[in-house]
Amino acid sequence: MNMAFSILKRHLIVFRRTLWSNMVFNVIEPFLYLSAMGFGLGAFVQDMGGMTYIQFIAPGMVASASMWAATFECTYASFVRLHFQRTFHAMLAGPATVADVVAGEVLFGIVKNIVFGIIILVVIGIMGQVQSVWSLLIPLFLILPGAVFSLMALSYTGIINNIDYLNYYITLITTPMYLFAGVFFPVSTMPEWLQTLAWFNPLYHSVEVCRGLVVGQVSIILWQHAASLVFFSVVLAPLPVYFMRKRLIS
Amino acid sequence: MSYIIQAENLAKSYGEFLALKGISFRINKGECYGFLGHNGAGKSTTMRMIYGLSTISEGWLEVLGERIAPITPPHLKQVFGIVPQEDNLDPDLTVIENLEVYGGYFKISGKEARIRGQELLEFMGLSDKTNVNVEKLSGGAKRRLVIARALINKPKIIILDEPTTGLDPQARRLVWQKLRRLKEEGVTMLLTTHYMEEAAQLCDRLAIMNDGLILAEGSPEKLINEYVLPFVIEVRVSIDMLPPNINEKIGAMGGRAEYMVDSLFIFTENGREMWENIHETGLAQHACYLRPANLEDVFLKLTGKREEL
Repeated sequence: MNMAFSILKRHLIVFRRTLWSNMVFNVIEPFLYLSAMGFGLGAFVQDMGGMTYIQFIAPGMVASASMWAATFECTYASFVRLHFQRTFHAMLAGPATVADVVAGEVLFGIVKNIVFGIIILVVIGIMGQVQSVWSLLIPLFLILPGAVFSLMALSYTGIINNIDYLNYYITLITTPMYLFAGVFFPVSTMPEWLQTLAWFNPLYHSVEVCRGLVVGQVSIILWQHAASLVFFSVVLAPLPVYFMRKRLIS
Repeated sequence: MSYIIQAENLAKSYGEFLALKGISFRINKGECYGFLGHNGAGKSTTMRMIYGLSTISEGWLEVLGERIAPITPPHLKQVFGIVPQEDNLDPDLTVIENLEVYGGYFKISGKEARIRGQELLEFMGLSDKTNVNVEKLSGGAKRRLVIARALINKPKIIILDEPTTGLDPQARRLVWQKLRRLKEEGVTMLLTTHYMEEAAQLCDRLAIMNDGLILAEGSPEKLINEYVLPFVIEVRVSIDMLPPNINEKIGAMGGRAEYMVDSLFIFTENGREMWENIHETGLAQHACYLRPANLEDVFLKLTGKREEL
């Protein structure tokens, strides 16, 4: 695990350098959604179970921005390091193992997902959409969905051999997760079978916990969501190691 | 048992394809051992097995007396310095950061890595590039930085996979000079190359590889003595234009005709005498070139009869 943190340190040196350019991009998108949907669509939607529409979607923006941050890091950025920069090969020529390299990538995915989660949390706070001090737990909670999204993305990155195939992951995996996670409308309004499916959507759990903490509706259900994410992480953990080993070790 | 690396019948297969067909070698402490061969001869496969990017299919490999199965463990990788074939420097980092971060992988503290990194940049003649992004370096400077990176953990064994491929002559000589300095310091070196001159300049002992096998092994001098005569006359006449019965005539004069890469080479004990009487074979002197035999002749003799060449 020490080695994974040495690798994380490498990523953080690079991250520090690109933080500002990264941040602007990552803030603009959720901000656009929030204002377009919140003010635009929100004018037609009167009541979201006691919340205004913008109130409803704001915590979902925190959860989804985190997901996108971890996902982009562990798809495109990891792919570039794996195939074009051969950074992983260099690490493996040192005393690192494939598991160390994967752990370093996942840790960085988690860090990015927390950083952008915090940024969006601050943005919605400034917009007056944070109601509870429970929100302060969000950065800590984001470790869980960050791990799940990083592990998923990195597994897929390990499977494919052409960068163009990453688009399929974004379109067929990440975007549907984003649309059917209860960010823009409550999952309970969907057909029964979609509601069942939502339990397999890690973003759904993340959105529910973030919303609960932001508005201060804290209940035992949140633990269930968190436990689901822990379960996903444990199940997914061996996958990227397996696929990356196949890529890196001949 | 003072061998620092030892291999017996080492083989590697990728499905049906045999990249390495069973090679054995022993490397002594402090020596520079080279693998010489064409692309695809199995040199890089051997290196990758030693430094842990490939698993061993058959045979065995020992590093510092420890048997490797199936892949080199991290604690053995601690004693290596690896210069891979491709420059996999970190383009997101500066020159000194590349060294610091890499030092971190070896549990070297940030401060120590920085000091050592500066020393290595000095040694490699890169100290004016300390804070430059690596993408801005020339090919030769990148190569020297990769070598500096390989030295950050004070390795006992340096593994260089084609250290000077793609470099211009000046840059190549500069790399050689640095490598000789390291050798003087007692570092064991393992290198692969397809440059004869590089092998002759650096290696104490060589293994000539072809098609996944070691064909010959020994010091450059020993290989020359063993496989060819001391002088060679290169005949610059295409084979179908050669005078009739030339092989017999050369034989009668005490020479040995070898056909390599579509050319005739006449090997002989006494170069001057053969050269002065070359007209007796029916060849014109101006079409012939006399020189001492070298490693390239050995290499061509052993491997040069490949169909595609």
